[in-house]
Amino acid sequence: MDYFLELLIGGLTRGSIYALIALGYTMVYGIIELINFAHGEIYMIGAFTALIIASVLTMAGMSGLSVLILASVVAVIYASAYGFTVEKIAYKPLRQAQRLSPLISAIGMSIFLQNYVLIAQTSDFLPFPSLLPELPFMDAYAQFMGSSELIIVATTAVMTIILTLFIKFTKMGKAMRATAQDRNMAMLLGVNVNRVISNTFIIGSALAAVGGILIASHIGRINFYIGFIAGIKAFTAAVLGGIGSIPGAVLGGLILGWTESFATGYVSSDYEDVFAFALLVLILIFRPAGLLGKSTVQKV
Amino acid sequence: MQKESSFRRSWIAALIVFFAASPLFSASLFAADIIKIGIAGAHSGDLASYGLPTVKAAELVIKDINAKGGVLGKKAELLVEDDVCKPEVAINTATKLVSEGANAVIGHICSGATKAALGIYNNAGIVTISPSATNPDLTQSGLYPNFFRTIASDDAQARLEVDFALNTLKVKRIAVIHDKGDYGKGLAEYAKKFIEDSKKAKVVLYEGVTPGAVDYSAVVQKIRRMKAEAVIYGGYHPEASSIVSLMRKKKMNTFFISDDGVKDDTFIKVAGKYAEGVYATGPKDTTKNPLAVAAIEAHKKAYDADPGAFFLNAYAATQAVLNAIQKAGSTNYDAVVKALRTEYVDTPLGKIRFDDRGDAIGVGFSMYQVRDGVYVQVQ
Repeated sequence: MDYFLELLIGGLTRGSIYALIALGYTMVYGIIELINFAHGEIYMIGAFTALIIASVLTMAGMSGLSVLILASVVAVIYASAYGFTVEKIAYKPLRQAQRLSPLISAIGMSIFLQNYVLIAQTSDFLPFPSLLPELPFMDAYAQFMGSSELIIVATTAVMTIILTLFIKFTKMGKAMRATAQDRNMAMLLGVNVNRVISNTFIIGSALAAVGGILIASHIGRINFYIGFIAGIKAFTAAVLGGIGSIPGAVLGGLILGWTESFATGYVSSDYEDVFAFALLVLILIFRPAGLLGKSTVQKV
Repeated sequence: MQKESSFRRSWIAALIVFFAASPLFSASLFAADIIKIGIAGAHSGDLASYGLPTVKAAELVIKDINAKGGVLGKKAELLVEDDVCKPEVAINTATKLVSEGANAVIGHICSGATKAALGIYNNAGIVTISPSATNPDLTQSGLYPNFFRTIASDDAQARLEVDFALNTLKVKRIAVIHDKGDYGKGLAEYAKKFIEDSKKAKVVLYEGVTPGAVDYSAVVQKIRRMKAEAVIYGGYHPEASSIVSLMRKKKMNTFFISDDGVKDDTFIKVAGKYAEGVYATGPKDTTKNPLAVAAIEAHKKAYDADPGAFFLNAYAATQAVLNAIQKAGSTNYDAVVKALRTEYVDTPLGKIRFDDRGDAIGVGFSMYQVRDGVYVQVQ
């Protein structure tokens, strides 16, 4: 029973990591039906920025929580700026083009950003300091869950709730939903669609940066390639839950995390990915739009 | 017209015969005065950087020995042949070296090419010493009694890890984990086999993890559940540092033993305090061996650059074969083989001789442990 609980909690952590990144994928897809492959790179850039700022601050003699907060703020702003710029450069000019064109542009952006960081920084793995505080009361439960894992799970939960409330109750959220439903109609009704889309990218990138900092602190190392691997899994989670749906991304992430955790625990870690993707195929056969996705008529 | 062309043809034929025959004349003319050492390996193409240092090492040794009066009073000479690390080319290379009358061959560089060429040398009775071919079969199959090498075979690390776990740490339950890659999985397979063959301990878990995954807690929980006393990990440092950190955070003090891919300072930098106590195998330290220092110095003086891969191994191989010929008193195959197996020789890799299978004794890997943030040799 202990073992089951350990795997359950391990899967929860892993699922929260996927969910945090999947939120960005699903938001962008919900608004402009684009799979933003550069999202994983924004996540990676967020982590790198936090690492650089944290190193500078630590050298300047600061420590503890202030480093975490300052580094996070700078990383979130920097990553948001990247997300905003990527949209303006790579996606906006292609908004009226066929659906495939922005997709290719996104893949190109992803490769460009990876290599940019590779050249500007390094190809080596860098140690990432554990910026997250060690919570003393978690010490007794270290077998099941560490402090960083608890913080990741809690952050994902809080972020999801804030995001849901934001979309439901604010004016910008309403504009987002309108743009998602019918962009032309929203424009006719006076919604500044360009601003809505920019905001979506900024929010998505900010979430990715938060995810980058948390996960890099948890794993303890980063290199230019971490965005790709995490991005693929998060994208799978978003599709599993129904791409375009916020609760779907979280559900998809958790299901993926639990599948992998239990597959490793009870079968073999050799088949971790096999189980994860077999589940994806199964769900897509019976629910082509994902678990919580709405099946809409193709607008091609 | 007719007459002229036939005249030209016979003239060309005569030329060809003359040129084809002339190496034979020269070979038989000088054979008595020269010890010929073939150097075969990749000297061009994308793997040239593995092969060229061997040529330079052999040149330096030969220059040194010739300056001291040669071997058995004869000058030694090199026959350098390129096999571009391809088995099909290596067969031609070997045939050519045999026909040119090589007394011994240093090479080849790649295991595949070496295997292809060995049969030819074996039939011709030519001793072959590779500085770099690590495939275990080359010595362990017993098919090539003429083969020797101055590098440890691929399974040597696994052997050392298992011996260390069983005899020094005295553990009974071992988890073998790998990263599913050629290098990591290969080592893990050997480790598993050696543990099972020893019958002293049990492999309680044998699994591969996905490199680059965001989290390894499930497999760590599994290691705990199986009550493993030690983990033998085959793979590289990024995953190893994640797994070790997670184990220590979950308060598991299971021994962690890994390989050359983890014996890297980046591992200590990334895993930080969690790296303490981790064991990893790595090549024996030669930086304090005066012969190695001298050999590298000589290379710098001659070529104005640092030596490349396998330089010291090739240096040792050339010294070993020339020493064996000297001690055997002739280039007779049986005598040279016997000398290689019995006579110790001082090389940059240490004092070595070869065992019955052809692996060098005294060459290879040592066990290191992270202590206060640095790898320290423990054996």
